[in-house]
Amino acid sequence: MQLSGRGIRCVRGGREIFAGLDFEAASGEALAVVGRNGSGKTSLLRLIAGLLVPAGGAIELAGGDGELTLPEQCHYLGHRDALKPALSVQENLTFWADFLGGERGDANLSLSTVGLDHATHLPAAFLSAGQRRRLSLARLLTIRRPVWLLDEPTTALDTAGQDMFCGLMRDHLARGGLIIAATHAPLGIDARELRIGRPA
Amino acid sequence: MTALGALIRRDVRIALRVGGGALIGVLFFLTVVVLMPFAVGPDLNLLSRLGPAILWLGALLASLLTLDRLFMADHDDGSLDLITMSRTPLELACAAKALAHWLAAGLPLIVATPVLGLLLNLDMVATGAVALTLLAGTPALTFTGMIGAALAVTLHRGGLLMAVLVLPLSIPVLIFGVAASNAVIVGPTPFGAPFSILCALSLVSFVIGPLAAAASLRHGLD
Amino acid sequence: MSLIDLANPSRFLALTARVLPWLAAATVILLALGLYQASLAPDDYQQGATVKIMFIHVPNAWLSMLVWGVMSVASLGTLVWRHPLADVAAKAAAPIGASFTFLALLTGSLWGRPMWGTYWEWDARLTSVLILFLMYLGLMALWRAVEDPSRAARAAAVLTLVGAINLPIIKFSVDWWNTLHQPASVMRMGGSTLDKSFLIPLLVMATAFTLLFLTLHLAAMRNEILRRRVRSLQMMQASRIAFSSEAGTGSRDGSASREIGAT
Repeated sequence: MQLSGRGIRCVRGGREIFAGLDFEAASGEALAVVGRNGSGKTSLLRLIAGLLVPAGGAIELAGGDGELTLPEQCHYLGHRDALKPALSVQENLTFWADFLGGERGDANLSLSTVGLDHATHLPAAFLSAGQRRRLSLARLLTIRRPVWLLDEPTTALDTAGQDMFCGLMRDHLARGGLIIAATHAPLGIDARELRIGRPA
Repeated sequence: MTALGALIRRDVRIALRVGGGALIGVLFFLTVVVLMPFAVGPDLNLLSRLGPAILWLGALLASLLTLDRLFMADHDDGSLDLITMSRTPLELACAAKALAHWLAAGLPLIVATPVLGLLLNLDMVATGAVALTLLAGTPALTFTGMIGAALAVTLHRGGLLMAVLVLPLSIPVLIFGVAASNAVIVGPTPFGAPFSILCALSLVSFVIGPLAAAASLRHGLD
Repeated sequence: MSLIDLANPSRFLALTARVLPWLAAATVILLALGLYQASLAPDDYQQGATVKIMFIHVPNAWLSMLVWGVMSVASLGTLVWRHPLADVAAKAAAPIGASFTFLALLTGSLWGRPMWGTYWEWDARLTSVLILFLMYLGLMALWRAVEDPSRAARAAAVLTLVGAINLPIIKFSVDWWNTLHQPASVMRMGGSTLDKSFLIPLLVMATAFTLLFLTLHLAAMRNEILRRRVRSLQMMQASRIAFSSEAGTGSRDGSASREIGAT
């Protein structure tokens, strides 16, 4: 599996963020997108996720599931956690598993991996920011999608949480997955660096 | 289908729990209807003549004012991004969300109609007619209003702007809904014709609403 | 026992557990007595037996206003004295007040059916009660809309007090709007026009309903205190689990953390 972008141009609000961007990432490989604030790291992830339309260029995934579009094979972990405070931890996770569909793992196992197994019946409103992030990670584990698009994934996670997350990313790469992460802090795993925008 | 079922179940559940606003719509409906006699006077004959119009206006405002958060809440917490990236076409997801909204906020209005009919001195037949026309017409209001809710996300503005955008679109529903109710109560026009048109309006909105809302959401992504 | 002693929820729970059975028993006895006396009361020469609806209707209507008064005092307790049980009292009273108001409306409309020929007339008194009912529902919606009870408490307290000031104004406006209402008959200047055979059962019923309110209110306050305890226990559970699991993951991924330390 090979994810590649050729000559991508991104325009937002009439302003060109970046142009002529090329990147490549293969199965089992992690790409760390770095650059100063406003250089378009989040925009690049959202372009790959199909949440923005590129002003030029093309992004394609070779060797994936031919039946599915690229966004349908991506997990997007953004700044917002996509959790409903009124629903319990369990309900939040099973909703996304049911709605996103496809191959799915054991929800309870994912919850215990991220350290939320004893809070399953509690409303998500009671979770701290770090715990909400952990619950989002459980979504990545429960629903199997090969491409992970992570935007500042370690924010709000404590040291132990970051360690846990590094383990999860390694497992994902070992299974032949692919990670593209926008980050300021070191990702904690071996990753090729993709610098966008002018150097800081 | 499990995906759409899960979406409907989730939205109804959130609407009925603490913090959800499903029943506030009914309360709003009740308040609007109770206000009317203070404006037009307590004359029961006059009220029973205006009854269908008052109930329809109340239901129209109640179902539209609860709509503006339909997509906004999902947009604010990032759920809308994931819904867009799912294997379910965005049009169907929009339709499922509108259906869930109608179940949680529209259906209670129809259940409340007989009580309000009592306040407006409508007899059994008239109340039944209004409830039936609301049952046929409120889905059209929800599915048309959904377009406004989607535009509200695109424009980052909700509330009154949405009402201004959507209220003109709901005029046909109002015309034929009140016409069908009045046909039963005072005659002499037949009930069938306006009621069929009302049902047709609902069916058309089932198609146009989700398509327009999904198109608007896609263009509003950022 | 002063109000300060009651500020401790545990002591409140212990005290009410002792008091509640006696209150409930007194309510049942008085209700039975009142209903018995009401059944003995003579029929009205105009209204016949339907006049007996009054024995249910009037106490409910009285209580619909009394409960708002209780909530107003509790709201002052929240805003001015900051009594810890004040917002519990206010929150617990709202649904009970709404129920009494609803019963007053229901019995009023059943009473109105033989008198007016319709279930509903925009009579000034009934209309005021209907508005009071709407305000109760609004207040309950406010309590429900905010998940954290301590945040909802202040908003609800302000709304309750504004309502307490506005209710007489609303009542006056509605009276003015509909001048066709009957003059109030029980609490009128120059003594009651009601016959003793009606008045005594009515007062017994009113006392019984007040006791019923007290019983229900204390029980509802207990429930509310326990509900808040469950909530804070759940919040404690949410944070406790995170702590222990972090310890667990920390040891499990000890190798990972060493690698990060190296980079």
